[in-house]
Formats: sequence, C-alpha cells, structure tokens
Amino acid sequence: MARKLLLTHIDVPGINTFEVYRQKGGYVAVEKVVKTMSPEDVVEEVKKSGLRGRGGAGFPTGMKWSFLAKPEGVPRYLVCNADESEPGTFKDRYLMTHIPHALIEGMIISSFALGAHTSYIYVRGEMMPQIRILERAIAEAKEKGFLGKNILGSGYDLEIYVQPGGGAYICGEETALLESLEGKRGNPRIKPPFPAIAGLYNCPTVVNNVESIAATVPIINLGGDEYAKIGIERSTGTKLISASGNIVKPGVYEIELGLPVEEFIFSDEYCGGIANGKRLKAVVAGGSSVPILPANLILKTAAGNSRLMTYESLADGGFQTGTMLGSGGFIVFDEDQCVVRNTWNFARFYHHESCGQCSPCREGTGWMEKVLHKIESGHGSMSDIDLLWDVQRKIEGNTICPLGDAAAWPVAAAIRHFRDEFEWHILHPEESQTRNYGLAHYADPLQPIVS
Amino acid sequence: MAEAEDVKFKVTIDGIPVEVAPGTSILNAARQIGGDIVPPAMCYYSKLEGSGGKCRTCLVKVSKGSEKDPRPMPKLVASCRTTVMDGMEVQNITSPEVVEARKGVVEILLINHPLDCPICDQAGECKLQDLSYEHGSAHTRYEFDRRTFERIDLGDKIQLHMNRCILCYRCVYVANQLTDQRVHGILGRGDHSEISTYIENVIDNDFSGNVIDVCPVGALTDKTFRFKNRVWFTKPVDAHRDCPTCSGKVTLWYKGEEVIRVTARKDEFGEVEEFICNTCRYDQKKTSDWILEEPTEIDPHSVISANHYELFNPPKVVKENPVLQEKNREQLARTEKLK
Repeated sequence: MARKLLLTHIDVPGINTFEVYRQKGGYVAVEKVVKTMSPEDVVEEVKKSGLRGRGGAGFPTGMKWSFLAKPEGVPRYLVCNADESEPGTFKDRYLMTHIPHALIEGMIISSFALGAHTSYIYVRGEMMPQIRILERAIAEAKEKGFLGKNILGSGYDLEIYVQPGGGAYICGEETALLESLEGKRGNPRIKPPFPAIAGLYNCPTVVNNVESIAATVPIINLGGDEYAKIGIERSTGTKLISASGNIVKPGVYEIELGLPVEEFIFSDEYCGGIANGKRLKAVVAGGSSVPILPANLILKTAAGNSRLMTYESLADGGFQTGTMLGSGGFIVFDEDQCVVRNTWNFARFYHHESCGQCSPCREGTGWMEKVLHKIESGHGSMSDIDLLWDVQRKIEGNTICPLGDAAAWPVAAAIRHFRDEFEWHILHPEESQTRNYGLAHYADPLQPIVS
Repeated sequence: MAEAEDVKFKVTIDGIPVEVAPGTSILNAARQIGGDIVPPAMCYYSKLEGSGGKCRTCLVKVSKGSEKDPRPMPKLVASCRTTVMDGMEVQNITSPEVVEARKGVVEILLINHPLDCPICDQAGECKLQDLSYEHGSAHTRYEFDRRTFERIDLGDKIQLHMNRCILCYRCVYVANQLTDQRVHGILGRGDHSEISTYIENVIDNDFSGNVIDVCPVGALTDKTFRFKNRVWFTKPVDAHRDCPTCSGKVTLWYKGEEVIRVTARKDEFGEVEEFICNTCRYDQKKTSDWILEEPTEIDPHSVISANHYELFNPPKVVKENPVLQEKNREQLARTEKLK
C-alpha cells in the first residue's frame, strides 16, 4: 500500500467538517507555523521538500515563492487556482469536495509564508457545490480562530475569500485568472511582468494550484527533508491522479511519485486494468493538453526503461517519444477507441475555449478543429494530414499564453504516433462512419497493443 | 541622476547595432534603425498604452538574451512587448524561423479577413495588404466557410465591417484612453469574438473618429469618405487650424480642389502623430478652414505615391500659396518640365 499524505483520511465520515478534520490532526501544521516558525522558515521547508507545482507546469513551488517581490507598504496576495477544467482532470474538485480543510489549512500556511493577509480561492463557476463547501470550511476555521484577526494569538491576520469564476477554461491560466479576479475579461496578460512582481491589482502575487497548496500541510507536518524522501529524484512527494477512460476503476488516486505507469494502470490498487477485457491502446497521461502516447511508449521509454509516474520519466524522449505529467489527468484508451475522433474532440474543446486575444490561437484552433472534423467524418484527403501538421506548428510557441500549445500538442502527437489511423479514415470513409473503430477494421494492428 | 538617464543598452538587430534607453522594446529599437528590419505591427500602436502582443506579426528570435545571460530565448517573442537587455541579439528577417512564423501568422490572419482590396476603402493604406504581399501565399489553404457579418453603422460617421476586423484591439484602446466613455468593445471569445457596441449603439464622443485612423485594416471606415475615391488618386497635404479641442494638425486629402477626407497625420510606421477631434475630421472640409503647410511626405514604396510621385501635380491651393510653392519648388519644377 503506497503512502498517502493528502487522502489519508478520505474515508473517515465527516472529514469535511472542522471537528473531524481537527481530530485527525488537522490544523496542527498551522499551529506549528504561526507559533514557532518565521515566513522564511516555511519557504525554506517548502524548498527543501522539492515540491513541484501540481497544476501542470511542475515549477518548483519554493523557488516560485522566493521570487515574490517584497516592496514596503504594498500588499502581497496568494491566489489559489481552483479553476480546474481541463478534460480528464478532476483531482482538485475531489480534494475540495471531500477534504476542504486541507486546502484551507494549506492556504493559511502558504499565505503566512508569503506575508499575504488577503488570499483568494478562484473556483471554476460551475463548481457551485465546492464553492459552498469551501465557504463553510472558511467560516468554521474562522470561528475556531484559525482565520481572521490575530490567528491563534500570533498577531498574524488573514482573510480568505472564495471567488467563483465565469466558467472559462482560459481563466485557469494564471494571468487570465488575475484579470478575471479583478473583474475584467479573462484574457491572459503578456509576461513579463510576472505575477510575482505585478500580479493581482498590480501587487506581488503567487498563484498556486489547489493540490500544491494542500501539499504544504504534510510538508510542515513531516518537515521538508522528510517529505523529499517520498517519491523519487526530482519528483518528490505524492501526486493526485484523476484516472478515467477505459479502465476498471476510474477515480482519483494518490500515488507516490515514481510508481511505474504499468503498475498504475494494471494493479488492483489503482486503475485495475483495462475494462471489459480489452487491450490498452494509448494513454493521455497529464490531461488533454499533453501529447498522447501509444501503449508501447507509455509503458516503456524509447530506451526500454520502465516508464514511471514522474515529471522526468514521462517527459523522457521529449515530445518525440515522451509526454508530460501535466495536471495528472490520466485518460486511458482501449483498442476500440478512435484517436482521430478523440483528437477532434479535444480540438473542439480548445477551439471553444480560446479567448481570441491572439491571432494564431483564435483562428488556428478553429482551423484545426474543422480539418479534424473533415477527416473524422470521412471527407478528408491525405494532404489534410500534412495541413493539420503545418497548422499546429504555426500555433505552437507563437501565442500569448500556453493555450495555443495545449491545443497544438495533442494534434501533433496524434499525427506523430497514429498517422496510420488518420490515413485509414481517409481511405475508408464509409467504414469510419460506422463509429466502430475496433482493430478488426485495420488490416494490421497499427500500434503495439498491450493486453 | 544624470548618469542613470544616460545609460544605454547596446542591442544588435539583424547584425546592426543600436544603442537605446533601458525599457525600450525590441520593436522600437528596430524602429530607431529603420528600414527592412523593423518588424511589422498590426496591433501595437506606440501612442496607445498597453497595446501590442496580440497579432503576433512582430515575432522575432532573441538569439542572445543579454551580456549577463547570453542564453537564447526558447520561443519567438513579440518584439513590441519585449524590452531589450544590454547585449541582446535579435534576429528578424535574418531568421528563417521568424520569416516562416510570420508567414504563418499572415496566413492565419487572412483566414477571416477577405482580401477584398478592390472594394475595400482601406486599400492602399492597409498594413495587412502589405503583409499579405510580403509574406502571404497566392492561394489560401483554408477551405471552410468564413465568418460573415452585416455591416454596422456606428453612428452617422463610422461604419464597421466586422468581416475585415482582425481584432487588434486598437480601437478599444483608443476609446478607453482617449474618450470619457467607451461604448464599444470585444464581445464573445475565440473566433466568435467581434467588435461591437452591444445592440448597435453609436460611438459619438468627440474623439470617436480616431478609431478609424488606428484600424490597420478596413474594418472601421469613415462614412464621409467611403467610396468617394481611391486613396492613390488623392493628394495629401499637411495642414493645421486653431482648434480648441485637439492639436488641429491634420492631413487633408484632396480630390482636385475638394477636401474629401481629413485624417490625423501619420508617421512612417503608419501611426498617428496626434489624435484629432471629430470637428476637425468631419466638419472642416473647406480649404479656407485650414492653414496649409506642405504636401504630406509619402513613402515612395506606398501605393499612395503612385499617382503623384513621378508626375507631381499640386492642387490649386498649393499653386496659389507662395510658402507651399517654395517648399515644393523641385516638384513644381519637375511638373513644369513635364508639361
């Protein structure tokens, strides 16, 4: 049984209430921080832990905190990014729903470390139940003296506000989130300046993911050095993975980083293998924006090593033969699934969610979606595949924010690894319309399939 | 203090060194050198705070970050929003990657912008037209339906053709920064975005006409000028008047003896020097309303110069004005010689 840090008490009845959470050791870390530590000590512990941002980019959290400008007389802000909305990623929602106090406790610790006295949790607008849960948790914590003025007599003041977003995927991008939080249209800002210098209301701001903030609780409880021993190499600690697709047991799992991908997919402790006795065809390992990998490459690197659930191992081989851990949205495809249709579906999402601010993303995402739809619906030509490849290259790296990259990478990977499947759609338009994409339709298995 | 002001950063753009003040953008550093190495800009406008970064036509490659950190930047950057560092080396037209990316941006911009130059009022003054000639392909690879809109009258002076809008946000910045109350903006998102006053409101403030001048394409046009003439058949002349609202410095566009359009004066990068009020723009269309200065300098490469560069034929008002005659002695001499 792997070690759990965030979901340890997930099955305890009433863990979403202050009393039960406190009985299980909750808010001990807050007491430790405000009574015995300085903000610099907390930052140092987080640095020692090696915690990397759990929102997708994987930037070291302690280092990010240390970039925060500290001008005199200017407020600093912590903003929790709870705008989780990437297809296939639902771990933050799970955490907020079941253990909201883990996030609130983490918010207090992180705010203390950053010297923030007002912090915000920016929650995706559709998550109304989670918004109410968090607001209730904040009220409970405040009633017990863990929030508000003079927390536990330490002289430290902190208010946390929950802000519902407008329901736009782009508002998960940190600068668009800040724009939205300021009441403006959620368009990404052009960086620099980075939020650490000029963020919310032009003040120094740190934007962290829900899971990153919650992870500060076990870091303080265990100590940074001890936390760093969990996991492997530069991927320390545990990670929440939201597993979905054609697996026996979809859900949110807390894994110790370094777990072999094969074990995650096939062991009974986690996904329980491929559903209905089918075979594994491909995996999107870190949410819909990361490159899809065929079965052979998701289980082993190109060099033949076992692929691990770590930032480094999943990225091994670059985008040629690797992918990203991303936000931990692990989507599994069995042999019956159509990569072309799936890629079109993702492209449709990114087209819909493009903010429209910069030209390549605004026009290019729509172009990709239309070409993919043309191929998927059996009206494509061979040149469309090359066109699609070319269009995604014109978007990647040329946009204001990473949404353009997020739209381009799945398309590039699908063509790179499943070009034969695109060609099959073009060569067999009538068969492709049966919506039955079983391997029986192919003369030869297109990719190595794992039973 | 004086020393701090004298600090200059040395930047090299396409191999040409230039010294600029800290805080200068790559684009403006390139503009100080001038010529072909100046990246094009469809959305950046030096007179509008916060503009730029959106169209991505000004992408450049930073092959050396600075003297202190010589690492190249991993991606192409928007030159209009990236400030220079001391020792920075930038590639614009010398980078095949930049040229290719820019070509891609132009192709993408043209997806929903028709090249209807023969009927567009901006023909001859359109930056996208220039870019499409410089970077675009003769044929588009886009084969799907374009978005189309009915033309919209934004009051009695301005007409909006959303079909041609490339969403550069310039007109929104003008309204935000120049007028008391912005009544238009961008609605929708993605490729559904559109400029709108929301339920077709009018834009009727004193400086509303400037949205026409900043529009890089033919999306916002002057209804008092539309279809009166093609711009290359007109004669631009700089003029001024004592205006209580604005600087009163304008360009008059003559068709024969008639002033058919008044615009703000534009610099070599197509940006207005000073924004003008609607009274100057729309209501002062007689030569007697203005003190004429001299014929507007037109870039010889511009199509506007086509009709009066080789065969300069100044309007009567110039012929009758001794100051203008003096200023244009060479042109007049050439005209006489050609008669």
